[in-house]
Amino acid sequence: MELVEVNQLQAAIDSFAGKDVYLHLETTNGSYASHFNEGFFNAGAFIRNVVINFELGKVVGDSPHRVGLKLPQGWVYAQGITHFEIDEQGRLLLAGHDGSGKLAVALQLSETPFSY
Amino acid sequence: MTIPKERHVLVIFPHPDDEAFGVSGTITTHIQQGTPVTYACLTLGEMGRNLGNPPFATRESLPAIRKKELLASAEAMGLTDLRMMGLRDKTLEFEDDEKMVRMMEELIEETNPSLIITFYPDFAVHPDHEATARAVVRAVRRMEDRPKLHCVAFANNTLDVLGQPDIVYDIKDVREHKMNSMKAHISQTAWMLEEMEHKLQNGDTETENWLTLERFYTYRWDQDFE
Repeated sequence: MELVEVNQLQAAIDSFAGKDVYLHLETTNGSYASHFNEGFFNAGAFIRNVVINFELGKVVGDSPHRVGLKLPQGWVYAQGITHFEIDEQGRLLLAGHDGSGKLAVALQLSETPFSY
Repeated sequence: MTIPKERHVLVIFPHPDDEAFGVSGTITTHIQQGTPVTYACLTLGEMGRNLGNPPFATRESLPAIRKKELLASAEAMGLTDLRMMGLRDKTLEFEDDEKMVRMMEELIEETNPSLIITFYPDFAVHPDHEATARAVVRAVRRMEDRPKLHCVAFANNTLDVLGQPDIVYDIKDVREHKMNSMKAHISQTAWMLEEMEHKLQNGDTETENWLTLERFYTYRWDQDFE
């Protein structure tokens, strides 16, 4: 993955607009957050292989960036995006990695389903 | 305590690297004593968070990396019967409970173990650890002739509730194997190993103990978790 280059990422997001695409969206503090820090309120969400079709997608702000997708009747967004990659299967993988190298958020789009 | 010879040992954990920290010395010793060991690893740790910064992997490339690491860990322990069960990291507690029990029953029926090693229900911290422990305990509970069930517990309240572990194995003879098993999972353990080396250099006895002793609680059927 590379650090987000806004123009390149914007072009990549645009290339998925108006198509049925598979979504992976994840936010996480890690399953050990309240083990190492008792009392920590651990929250996160995970969606994988839900099909969406967005009409407008934008990357906004300085790093860590925010990325939002406007759907005909709804929204998808993620904040904390630092890195991106178009992988060898043409999937757009966005991630937010903290200073210690741990993933905190991921937003991914693919024209074919992600693995299980 | 010396590690007794068993007919067959069945180890069941959800993530690649779960075996490394708690039981790789025990597994290695069983294998060196000629006891067949089967390790069923339920997922490939697909949701691991250590992806580096700059990143060395993506959410999608991580499973293949961790699969290789798991194979390398098995090699470090001398383990030849490794089962990758194909479930997805962080989803085990949402699977059908009975399906999970059946998976454990099939492993037990096939390997006919005299000892099963897994996590201790309610003291295993990670939801996947807990789901694995529940399924194993349920499967064993239904057996007429139950094998020994040794459980790893590390929740913060473990000592308060369970007291000291009743099984403590000295594994310093296979310390290098344990170290190599942990190093095999380098994508997830690099930062931890670095911290450990630092502590060892400063003569930290807790870390030294951790490398030379492995601790288990015999499951307490008289205080069943459900």
